Amino acid sequence: MTTRFTPGGPVTAPFHDRDTGRRLIERIGDKLRALGATERDPIRLMEICGGHTHAIFRHGLAGVLPPGVEFLHGPGCPVCVLPMGRIDDCVAIAEDPRVILATFGDAMRVPGSRKSLMQAKADGADIRMVYSPLDALALARRNPDREVVFFGLGFETTMPSTALTVLRAEREGIANFSLFCNHITIIPTIRAVLDSPGMRIDGFIGPGHVSMVIGLKPYRFIASHYNRPLVVAGFEPLDVLQSVWMLLEQIGRGTAAIENQYSRIVPEDGNPQAQAAIEAVFETRAFFEWRGLGSIDESGVAVRERYARFDAERRFAVESPAVADPAGCQCGDVLKGGLKPWQCALFGGACTPETPIGALMVSSEGACAAYHQYGGLRKGAA
Amino acid sequence: MCLGIPGRIVAISDADALLATVDVSGVRRDVDITCVATPGEPLEDLLGRWTLVHVGFAMSLIDEAEAQATLAILAEIGEAEAEIAAFAGQGQEQDHAGAAP
Repeated sequence: MTTRFTPGGPVTAPFHDRDTGRRLIERIGDKLRALGATERDPIRLMEICGGHTHAIFRHGLAGVLPPGVEFLHGPGCPVCVLPMGRIDDCVAIAEDPRVILATFGDAMRVPGSRKSLMQAKADGADIRMVYSPLDALALARRNPDREVVFFGLGFETTMPSTALTVLRAEREGIANFSLFCNHITIIPTIRAVLDSPGMRIDGFIGPGHVSMVIGLKPYRFIASHYNRPLVVAGFEPLDVLQSVWMLLEQIGRGTAAIENQYSRIVPEDGNPQAQAAIEAVFETRAFFEWRGLGSIDESGVAVRERYARFDAERRFAVESPAVADPAGCQCGDVLKGGLKPWQCALFGGACTPETPIGALMVSSEGACAAYHQYGGLRKGAA
Repeated sequence: MCLGIPGRIVAISDADALLATVDVSGVRRDVDITCVATPGEPLEDLLGRWTLVHVGFAMSLIDEAEAQATLAILAEIGEAEAEIAAFAGQGQEQDHAGAAP
């Protein structure tokens, strides 16, 4: 009843349809006027997921929307929030001559305090880019005399894949495979953002593929304790626009609820098999260090004792030094939505996608790289 | 890494290991189907179904029309190429003897 653009359907919904897009934009404009939102005093919506950040820039969505709504780019790009200390650990593991380090390509250029994985590879470390943790397991099968370490990272979207790979390694008795676990969880992260002093967020565009795994229930505290709406959204341009409209509807009604715009992919309860795999293999860490955000309680997971032999942290001497972010780097303020990428003194000068200093410039899902690639939007708004 | 791409389950390649062959725009590879297999139901029921594939794992079953629409959009906006190349294993170094210096 909230919308005639029924969430998730009909199945032939034209996610790219121009007329639908235009109508949605008009309705968003009407809503913003009714709410009295202006360019100087906008409704502030945070997209948590880097995939949405990418989509917003890729399709110029902030530019096509009428004034009065501002996107805050949240901390949901797992590559961007990897702290230098963990990259340093990973480089150290990769430099062990027994080791083949397997990693997603996205992590190759993330700066460490000594070097990135790409530089370590150039210096002779055996580092292979893989598409899947299953490819890392295959490397271990083919190289029984080597130690194959998979650099596991990501939120709940990729967590089931590494968990299932560890379970597979155990089933097959593959002794030379281990996981360097850097997985992080979305809920403590959102809580940390909400608890940041001076933070003003009117609503959240919820992560589509994390929610496909965890379902909707874990977000309820956002509505019940913080009185903020969240709409889980798909990644097509119209998905994002529809989610913005659904959030504005809620804000207009003065309600705060967890809604699902992406029901064609996201079941209410998430994916039970994926949740079971995560639960079997991982346990919550007391805290985890984030680039730019510092330490966040219970925001990371580690491999359970039962799977200790597949845990690279136990098999290799890993120091996890706390390394300060580079001087002048303001990724933390950008991550918290307090600073626009182009307001950072390093942006586009010392820090570019080719020579990233801060991690937000590394991944195409990082807000700085997206700004840099697709152009700053309505900079005058500041 | 987080976006994923729709593909069609065309064969159960190893039922015990829960692996199936998935076709993404003509490119095929084995994918883990643990997360889309319903316990107690035959895996053959998955044949012909469309699924969203993330880093080699089928994570969600999707309607065929949805899948086609998503693929068409990904192609139109130029995101499909990179996903398909990654799925096909292009851009990865192949495992070769003496890789370590």
